[in-house]
Amino acid sequence: MDLYIGLKLLWWVLLGVLLMGLAIMVGMDMGVGTLLRFVGKNDGERRQALNVVGPHWDGNQVWFILGGGAIFAAWPTLYATSFSVFYIVMILLLFSMILRPVAFEYRSKVAASKWRDSWDWVFLISGFLPMFVYGAAIGNILEGVGFHFGWDGQYYQTESFIWYLLNPFAILSGLLAVSMSVYQGGAMLMLRGTDPVASRARNYASTAGIIAIALFIIGGFMISGMTGYSLISGDPGMPANAVSGQVVHAVSGAWLDNYAAQPILWIVPLLAIAGMLFGALMLRANKPILGWWLGAIAWIGILGTVAASMFPFLMPSSENLNQSLTVWNASGSRYNLIWMTIFTAIFVPTILAYTTWCFRVMRGKVNPPNPADDHAY
Amino acid sequence: MDMLINPTVVELSRLQFALTALYHFLFVPLTLGLTFLLATMESVYVITGKPIYKEMTQFWGKLFAINFALGVATGLTMEFEFGTNWSMYSHFVGDIFGTPLAIEGLMAFFMESTFVGIMFFGWDRISAKAHLVVTYLVALGSNLSALWILIANGFMQDPRGGTFDPNTMRLEFSSFVQLIFNEDAQAKFVHTSIAGFVTGSMFVMGISAFYLLTNKRKDIALRSFRIAAVFGVISTIGVVTLGDALGFIDAKAQPMKVAAMEAIWNTDYNTASAPWNLIAFPDKAAGKNLFEIGVPYVLTPLLTHSEDTVIPGIHQLVDEAKPKVVNGIKAMVALKEYNHDHSNVQALATFKQYQTDMGYGFLAMQYAPDQDLKKVDASNLASVVDKTAHETVPNVWVEFWAFRIMVAFGFIMLAIFAFAAYFSLKNEVEKHPLLLKVALWSIPLPWFACEFGWITAENGRQPWTVYNMLPTFVSASSHSVGYMIFSLIGFVLLYSSFIAAEMYLMFKYARLGPQASHHGHDQAPAGGGMAGQPAFAKPSLAKK
Repeated sequence: MDLYIGLKLLWWVLLGVLLMGLAIMVGMDMGVGTLLRFVGKNDGERRQALNVVGPHWDGNQVWFILGGGAIFAAWPTLYATSFSVFYIVMILLLFSMILRPVAFEYRSKVAASKWRDSWDWVFLISGFLPMFVYGAAIGNILEGVGFHFGWDGQYYQTESFIWYLLNPFAILSGLLAVSMSVYQGGAMLMLRGTDPVASRARNYASTAGIIAIALFIIGGFMISGMTGYSLISGDPGMPANAVSGQVVHAVSGAWLDNYAAQPILWIVPLLAIAGMLFGALMLRANKPILGWWLGAIAWIGILGTVAASMFPFLMPSSENLNQSLTVWNASGSRYNLIWMTIFTAIFVPTILAYTTWCFRVMRGKVNPPNPADDHAY
Repeated sequence: MDMLINPTVVELSRLQFALTALYHFLFVPLTLGLTFLLATMESVYVITGKPIYKEMTQFWGKLFAINFALGVATGLTMEFEFGTNWSMYSHFVGDIFGTPLAIEGLMAFFMESTFVGIMFFGWDRISAKAHLVVTYLVALGSNLSALWILIANGFMQDPRGGTFDPNTMRLEFSSFVQLIFNEDAQAKFVHTSIAGFVTGSMFVMGISAFYLLTNKRKDIALRSFRIAAVFGVISTIGVVTLGDALGFIDAKAQPMKVAAMEAIWNTDYNTASAPWNLIAFPDKAAGKNLFEIGVPYVLTPLLTHSEDTVIPGIHQLVDEAKPKVVNGIKAMVALKEYNHDHSNVQALATFKQYQTDMGYGFLAMQYAPDQDLKKVDASNLASVVDKTAHETVPNVWVEFWAFRIMVAFGFIMLAIFAFAAYFSLKNEVEKHPLLLKVALWSIPLPWFACEFGWITAENGRQPWTVYNMLPTFVSASSHSVGYMIFSLIGFVLLYSSFIAAEMYLMFKYARLGPQASHHGHDQAPAGGGMAGQPAFAKPSLAKK
């Protein structure tokens, strides 16, 4: 196989890993934010909940920033187009993402209950909204997005953002992402929190897991009847140029073609369902560590299902089918991908090593902090 | 059909980017500098074992945390904004510009953000030496972060390491070595990092001066004052030196920026005696300075480190741009033909012949009839070329004054640090309340200098996003005005409330001072973040 094709495929896998890492780790922190007002009935309990993710949310958030940078470098056309096409949605996502760090640092620095209560609302919004948008954006991409390119590579958009955000499948996808984040955050609260926060978290998280299963299965049926996209011709080794060079058809049910061609792929959605189901059961049985990992597996299954359905598409265009973004026409250059691969090979293991060390240093149960203690959140 | 983006949208996109970048840059310099000051204080603690230095590190660390949160939050905006508002730019240079940003995340930002958690929360969970290593990793991470960001910025200023590929219609990454050893990036990294040290020094020195004036925790204040003053003198000298190096580099790579910075309209061929404008009122429309006071014999040695290098004036540079515009138009017409038919070998050959000037073709698009360069003919060529060549001049008034304010503040700070260090080393600062007051009221100076430095660098880059390659007005996303108003209002509201909360907390904790911020810790020395719950806290390994 040509090296360039191999690099494109490798970075497609890494894009997936990044989106999964983001969903699991950042989703967990956001789930804690969403649940904060519900698992914590008083200030001490809420501070306990915040300190469960306190030492790590910042590192986790970097996955998000890294995700932006990696998509920029490895998939420049995808970055340029998707961030602009989803402008209003992206801006909302951004606003909630920048509110969260500020909420963490500032909430507990002033004792007034009005101050703290306001920040707790910020945690709710900045936990719920980004996960909803994350899911809705992926849902939209499955449905196809209205954009096309001019000869010089500038994108043009004709549809309004409102419809991207508010159509049934996008809402369903958004709610699925929120449910999973509540699940993951709840599992972490059980793992490092104490009662009554932990037992409340158990109820919310296991319920969220069951809701997620239902949404995922309904979504699967919707996808089977949805207009999918099919690459008729396009050279995988082509120079990355989205303006021309591909022929794409839109066919109802085409998102199931890959499963028909490779039935073994059905394992992926089954993995998602199994993860959510057994995970919810484990949480009910007070086994949060197992439950957390099964939730992570469920996320991998859910995003893996999307990836398996769409390959090789990244973001199909419903307006000019042939200009759909695929793994073949939206990547960085060969030289760039080689360098990106080198740096990733060196630094991702390094990051995983020191992140693990940091989690080890800070392991153990977290209790409601002493009100006078300002080393805690 | 291709249309140029609504100029209002371009202006609003520029406004939004400038506002969010300037805002982000309020927090970055303090992070860059304060981390190294914290590391220095903590080093003294680990070497001498004196607990007061631990207390100092923890106190300044608390102020650092308030600042750090907003730096991270607003940095996220920058990472997003290229994609959300500069789509054509991202498409055009993402292959080479995105890479340093991605590496920044992998190598630097991850390290900084992960260890900062341990730095704040891990005092009682790891040994003092291990904690010191963690603090150094945070300092290293934040400065490496600046390195990669400025490598990316260096590419915008002086694009090296990328090659335009007509088959993908973008600049493709072609040389890692050229990208990272870009002179502009190297000099600007050191200049910016050290500007951060200056900021951190002024911050610590000014607040310490406040404690000395109000008789609060003199033990901590005197020590902090001395460290900051000495650090400040060294750093300010470094900033000025590297700033001079940057000017020298820019004189070669961006002559138009330098001409605007110094408000030089006409080349002075008497190189040795050419005057350096101390004060000028440049008028771009009139093409001259309405008023100027120049110091002869300074300009040429200052900028070129020689006596006989000719420094071109703005008018001469505009004239030099004219043939480039003619070539650029030919390049872009051929490129468009080639893109409609990739078998058109003739068009490809024509494009390659004029490729180096293609950016000027982009720039000419706005002046071509119907914005179509194919319609430029003998009847209108001269007018299009003339307008386009004049378009290459940035806003001279802003450039000239932004640069001067930055430099003036730099030298004022050097004087303040020098006095402060002198009296502090003689143990006499307390005898000089005026000096303490000046130090306190000078806290905002480094911020002004940093912001004006950014304006100098980026206003001087106009009208390009990538120097001589891609004009700003082509780079933007084709949003509606409504979208831009929505996001601008959102940013203004959010960022105003952030800065209000930040200033409130900064003032609150700075006024409280070291003692008050620490009593929670003093009550339960083994508890730290787990205060009051020793059952779950690990035994403390830290020196007491």
